[in-house]
Formats: sequence, C-alpha cells, structure tokens
Amino acid sequence: MRDLIVDGRESPHGKNLGNRQRFIRRHRKDVKKSVDEAIRSRTLKEASDGKSISVPIGNTEEPTFHNDRKKGNRHFVLPGNKTYSSGDKIPIPDGEGGGGGRGKGASPDGEGEDDFKFVLTRDEFLSIFFQDLELPDLVKTSLSSVLLGAPRRAGTSRSGTPSNLDIARTMRMSIGRRIALHRPTDDEIFLLEEREHELASLEIILEEELVELATVRDLLDLLRRRQIVVPYIDPSIDPRYKRFELRPAPATRAVMFCLMDVSASMSEHLKDLSKRFFMLLHLFLTRHYQDVDVVFIRHTSTAKEVDEETFFRGTETGGTVISSALNETVRIIKERYNSSDWNIYIAQSTDGDNIPDDNEQCAQVMSEVLLPMVQYFAYLEVVEEQTSMISRQKTSLWTTYEQAVGNKKNFAMKVANMATQIYPVFRELFAKRAH
Amino acid sequence: MAFLYEGAAWDADLLRRVYDAIEPIARDELGLDVYPNQRQVVSSEQMLDAYASVGMPSMYKHWSFGKKFAREDALYRRGMRELAYELVINSNPCISFYLEDSTATMQTLTTAHAAFGHNHFFKNNYLFKEWTDAGSVLDYLQFAQGYVAKCEDRYGIEAVEHILDAAHALMPQGVFRAKRSPPLSYSKQIERAKARRHYEAERFNELWYRTVPQSPVGDDEEEYTSLSDGKRPMPLRLPEENILYFLEKNSPSLDGWQRELLRIVRSIAQYFHPQRQTKVMNEGCATFVHHYIMNRLWEKGLLPESAMLEFADMHSMVITQPEFDDPRFTGFNPYKLGFEMMCDIRRMCENPTEEDLHYVPSLVGKTDWRAALREAWAEHRDESFILQYLSPKLMRDMRLFSLSRVEGERHVTVEHIHDPHGYRHVRRTLAGMYDAGRSDPDIQVVGADLRGDRTLKLRYHVVDGSRLADDDAKKVMQYLTRLWRYPILLEYAHEDGKVRDGFSATPDSGVKRI
Repeated sequence: MRDLIVDGRESPHGKNLGNRQRFIRRHRKDVKKSVDEAIRSRTLKEASDGKSISVPIGNTEEPTFHNDRKKGNRHFVLPGNKTYSSGDKIPIPDGEGGGGGRGKGASPDGEGEDDFKFVLTRDEFLSIFFQDLELPDLVKTSLSSVLLGAPRRAGTSRSGTPSNLDIARTMRMSIGRRIALHRPTDDEIFLLEEREHELASLEIILEEELVELATVRDLLDLLRRRQIVVPYIDPSIDPRYKRFELRPAPATRAVMFCLMDVSASMSEHLKDLSKRFFMLLHLFLTRHYQDVDVVFIRHTSTAKEVDEETFFRGTETGGTVISSALNETVRIIKERYNSSDWNIYIAQSTDGDNIPDDNEQCAQVMSEVLLPMVQYFAYLEVVEEQTSMISRQKTSLWTTYEQAVGNKKNFAMKVANMATQIYPVFRELFAKRAH
Repeated sequence: MAFLYEGAAWDADLLRRVYDAIEPIARDELGLDVYPNQRQVVSSEQMLDAYASVGMPSMYKHWSFGKKFAREDALYRRGMRELAYELVINSNPCISFYLEDSTATMQTLTTAHAAFGHNHFFKNNYLFKEWTDAGSVLDYLQFAQGYVAKCEDRYGIEAVEHILDAAHALMPQGVFRAKRSPPLSYSKQIERAKARRHYEAERFNELWYRTVPQSPVGDDEEEYTSLSDGKRPMPLRLPEENILYFLEKNSPSLDGWQRELLRIVRSIAQYFHPQRQTKVMNEGCATFVHHYIMNRLWEKGLLPESAMLEFADMHSMVITQPEFDDPRFTGFNPYKLGFEMMCDIRRMCENPTEEDLHYVPSLVGKTDWRAALREAWAEHRDESFILQYLSPKLMRDMRLFSLSRVEGERHVTVEHIHDPHGYRHVRRTLAGMYDAGRSDPDIQVVGADLRGDRTLKLRYHVVDGSRLADDDAKKVMQYLTRLWRYPILLEYAHEDGKVRDGFSATPDSGVKRI
C-alpha cells in the first residue's frame, strides 16, 4: 500500500474567492458603510489602496436551535480540584453562565465574535466605490485594472545572463563567422592527418610523395593554427542573449490641482461630493501616469495651497473670489510645473457663488492663461441634495464659464447633488483615454 | 543506522522515507488498519481555506464559508491563532493536508497522527462505518458543488442562498440519530391495519372500552396523510427527529431543486455527525498513535535527539489541560483526555490493580493492550468510552470533580469528587457531557396537518428544565417558515408530561412567543 504525496501548493489558490464575494455581496450594506467611512476619513492616495475595513456585526450571524445555558439544571465535571469536597457550595461570579465549561453565548457581553476586521482588496474597494458613481463598465475596468510593466521579448542583445542565452542565435552567429573566416573543419584536418600518417608510414617513399608530405605538413600546420585563431565560438562575438523589456507604461508625470471653495456655505455633504470627484480624477491619473502630484488649493476670498488634511477639514469665513484660486494655480504651475514636462489636470469644485465683480477676471484667466496650459479642466458645481435640478437657476460662475470656455475641448462642467452625477464631468476625459 | 533526517528541512523524498519508516510500526506493532493515504502539502492560505469550508476540499459556495475564512485569516494574521499542522478527511483514499512551512519533525508527527491515527479510527469505528461512506464522500461533494452552482446559474444566487441559509440553521436538526426500519409498503400497512381491527373486533370487550380512557391519537388511517406527490397517500412517519429530512420529503411548498438542496445539507450534516460524537476518542487515538510511533522511531535510532526534543515540546503543548481555575481554561482538552485514557488502558492491561478490575470490568483478563485499544476504538463513542474505561486512577490524577447547578440558585454545588463514593458519579456525569443526544436540543416533528391548515407542529423536549435560547430560536423559526410557508408551532413538552409554552410562526406575521 503505497502512499501518495501531492504537492497541493501548485493547485489553484483563492478557492475561497467565490465565498468571499458572496459574503461581501450579502453584507454589502455594512461593507459599503465602511467604505464610505474610509473615503471620508482617508487621504486620496490611501483611500484607493483598499486597506483594512472593519465590518461590524450586522446580520452575519448564523442562528441555530440551542439550549439556553442559563436555563435548567446542569451537571458537569471540571478538572483540577484542589480543596473542594462533596457538598461544598461555590458562589457563581456575576455575569458567568455556570462556572464550568464555556461556549458561545455563555456571556452576552463577552468578546463580540462577530465583529471582525475584514480586509478589502483594492478591486473590491473600487467596485464598491464605483457603485455610487455609475461609471460605464469600460471605464470601470480600465480604472481598476492595474498596469504592470510586464517584461516582453524585445530582440536580442550581446550581453546578458547565461540563463537567457539564445542558443540558436548564438550558433548562427558562430557558423557565419566560421564560414567567413574560413575556419577549417575537423573533417578537413582529419583527412589531412590521415594522409600525413599514410605518407609518413611508407617504407619506400617517392620524391613526389616526399613533396606532398611536406605540403601536407605545412597545410596541416596552417589549418591547426587557424583553427586556434578562429575559435569555434568566440565568446566576445557570437553569444546572443534574449532581451526583455518592460512594456513601456505611459510614463510621464501628471499634476492634479484640486480647487475647492471652503466658504461657510460648503456643507459636509458638498465636501463629500467634492472628495469623491477628486478621488475619481486621482484614480484616473494614477492609472495613466506613473507619478501623480496632487496640489490642494482652497480659497475663500484669498487662495492658499494647503495639505490634504487641512483641505477637507474646517471652513473659513469670507466671501468667495474664484479668480484668487485660479491665479494661485497659475502661479504654482509657472513656479513648479513647467507645462512641457507635466500633464496638468485641474478639478474645481464650488457651490457656484462668486462675487459678481470677479466673474470677468475669471473668464479672462480661464480662457487666456489657464486652459491653454492644461490637459483638462473639470468643473463640478455641488449643490445640496434636496435642491431641485430642474428649476435651479444658473449661478454666476456657471454662466461665466459657459460663455467664456464652454465650448473648449479640454473643459467640462456639471452640476451634481448626488454622487451618481459626478461621472459625466469626466465623460470626455474617459472616453478619450479609456481605450 | 542513519537518522531519517537531521535539521528542519524536508522534501518529498523525505516524506516518503518517513512514511515507509512509520508504516511497519503502525501496521505490525499497533495492528492499525488504514485506508490508502493521500498526503497533500499545502500553503497556509489553502489550509485556512480548508478550515473555512468545514475541512472539505470541494465544498459548495456559501457566504458563511467566506466569513469563516475572513475571520480565521484575520486571527491568523494578527498572530492570535496558530494554524493546525494537519487536517484530515474521512475519505477513501484518506486525504490529509500538511502545512508547507512545518519542520521535518512536525511532518513526521502529523503523518503518524493523521495518516495513521485518524485514518485508522475513521476506517474502524462503528459510527463511521455505519453512517458514513468514505469511498463516495468526495464524489458526493463534487456533485453537491456542481449542483449548487447549477442552481445558482439557473435560479440566481439569492434564491439558492434563501434556501441554504435556512437549511444551515437547521443543520443540527438535520441528522438521524438512530437507524429505523425501512417503511412498510402501502398495501402492507393497510393489511396490518385490517388485521389489527380484525383482532380488536374479535377481542372486543365493552367493559374495557368504557372504562379505559381513549388515546387522543385518532384512527390509524388518519395518519395516512397525503404527500406532495399527490397520487398515493403515504404515511407521515411521526414523530420525526430529522427536521430537514421531513421538510425535504413533506414540505408543501418547495420545488424539486430546493428539496435537493436540503438533501445536500442534511447529507453533509449526517456525514459529520459521527465526528461530533467521537471528538475525544478520535483525537485521543491519533495522539496516542503519534506518541507511540515517535517513541518507537527514536528507539530504533531513526530520529536524532534534537527531533525528539522538538517532538516532546509539541506533544506536551498539544495535551495541555489547564485546570478549571486557570484563566486559560476553556473546557476539557479532547487530546489530553483521550490520550490519557488510552495510556491508562495500556497500563490497566499491563499492570491492573484491584481497583481497576472493579471499576473497568471490560478489561478484565485482557493482557494485550493493543487489541484492547483497537476494540475500544472500534466499538465506542465518547460517551460510552468514558463510561466504560475512565479509571479511578485517572480521575485522581486529573482531580476530576462533578458539580451541579440548579436554575435560579446563585451557587453551584460540588456533588462528588475523586473518592470512592464519587468515582461512578463523576464518570457518569463526564460521560453525559459528551452525549450529543443530551447536549443538542431534542426537537421533533410531531404533526403536520396536511389536510387542514398545514400547521407544522414541532415539539421540544425539556430535559432537566432546559429551554431554548430565545433570540436564536426565533430566528430559526423564521427560517423554518421559508421552507414550510405555512404556520409553524413549536411547543415545549415539559417533564411533567404537559405541553405548554413555545413559539408560533407564520410566514406573514413573524414569530411570537406563546
């Protein structure tokens, strides 16, 4: 009876994936809540990594009929008696089921075994994030797939590791060189050697044979020397190695400007919408560019570059002067992001209120300075959820943009009161790039 | 003779040599009889996966396995739990999994433990022989997996989950605990009813008829309620303890595929039922076997000292039994209890004392401890094993004492301890703790008014004042209505013979306490 050893490590992994997907689907609501929480509380970069997500108890329990441990009389045995003898009474400590044994549900306030950390993968995280945004499928796949610089055959090279030696190519080089340099073959030499041997072993030798012997010996000498000089494989000339290249990923740099109005009228809801808007652009950019810089500019009547933490938190009082943010952007671009090296994307999010005097300046900066410099300018006007999208009046900024740059190819604008409405701002951007 | 190995590294060749060294010891010295072995080396992720799917290699898909995986995975990653070194399946060939990052000593130990210890137990214990079919279980699981997947394709994941969730909740009530005779054919039953009536008519005694109260159960024919196939009335075999079976056969509102899903779930429950009843014996057997084999390998000079030290360390970890007042105490360690009892059987065969003969009469006159152990492994489950073989010496060594708790009292009473007055009582109480029939709630189907309003009647038998845990019971009742879709009544049958309290559920209005 011979036993069989199977190396199971080779068999497909992730057999549990189907169960996992079912689990996530079933507890979508809980998982989603955690994802939303993560989107709110994490930075743009962190949020798309898909880190540990804690899924609370919810309805993940699996009930069965079982006896209530607190009811009824129980008899049990314990090990390790030290001082007790028959008839002793032991008081029951508070909150314990019965002194002995244990079991799930022995104490209602014991460790909540159903609350556990659940780690979402990047894909799972994104799919839940996308769910709100109603992205077209093509865009979803192009955003969630990770581009890896996969090595790809790219001809041969003259240097490399022995394991990459391309034997066929090396031998072809060798044969060509040997033919070109007239390297004598072993057969030729062998024939001559035989002739030499034959002649040399003659007891009576004729003169012409003597001459022939001398010629043969000379020739043999020459050929042997040539064989040494022209090696069979010349390590410095013949070897060819398979060359691999990392498939060139779109390898340029991009900078993304997030412009947000932080005047008091921007509520949490509006900021949340804005964050999702920025996140989507960030995802798009990380998909297409190796390095993505993010610049956060917040403004009231003056604009300031801040870090992400400050960007999403807190409001300030003051009027709203949009052009201040635009001018600040221009300044930073000129200072740090020379537009020939950088792809510049700008995402702006406001509630649309602007000081009337400022509109003209906005239009001018946008059409003459900013838009010619950037790849894409996405403007999102966020409004409260209960705002009617139909009867709403156009804001002054909206009108300004519409008139000044509304027809420009690299400009898009949209009003959104819910996350589902964010995507259309990017429609053109994704349509162009998704393939 | 050279050592089998030195150091921690191992390869496939070593695994084979180890097996070849172990096999003669297991077969010729211990007399083990095992299924052919198939050993698989797996990664930790695959081991976790196997855990999560109740240890089966090709389980159907369900979210609860995903949840188990996520939890085990989280615990493992945080270092709160160690993975099992091995996992073994009751199948023919016997499949066992081993972790790839175990040391050579661990591989040797687990091979002895799983491929021989558990394997022998699965092949020879009467419960496994009677209730499981090791030869076909893998094929059946394959079928089940395919069937569930097909249903998901056809009816949608939600619809399948709808049934599976409910079936999983009833899994503990989805097993037969005793074999019954096959059902009589319809004609035979009519014949028998006629014969009885004839007999009653012959023996009719008016006095008897008038003085003795009638049983409330109606006429024999009344039981022959019609079944779902509609054509031929079949008797409902009541009472029925296997609720899933009953629903599968008699639920008025399930489609064919839904019945098949119930059947799959209860088949799997039935397959695992013997394991639940033999935890102590199964682990004890495997632990005893690995302990014996490792020591024999050492005596034969096949293991270096370092390996023996590593083994001793691991073995003592496996059989750690914290005492009841230790914060680590979580109940009896089945490895420890089983192992000690089996070592004790060996002792009682080799050097029996007067006391042993008195308390463990089944070992009287048996001097071949190997045969005695094999017999115990084959013929017992945990409850009967403890009842038969737990010796006073071991009770003293483990300092066992029995306690009782009366509902409502604020204290527990020490009933007996490890002294001559208490041995039998302690032993009986401990055995009772391993009686699956007592720890599982006893719920039976007692009626289904198929011709009337189709109320399904369940009866819960109160034992020693026990009651069901309310919250969960309500949830399971809710699940039950999914499978029955008509009113359901669960009543408590109290020890005084009266039926009162319980739960009632209807598909529309939810579950109520009554």
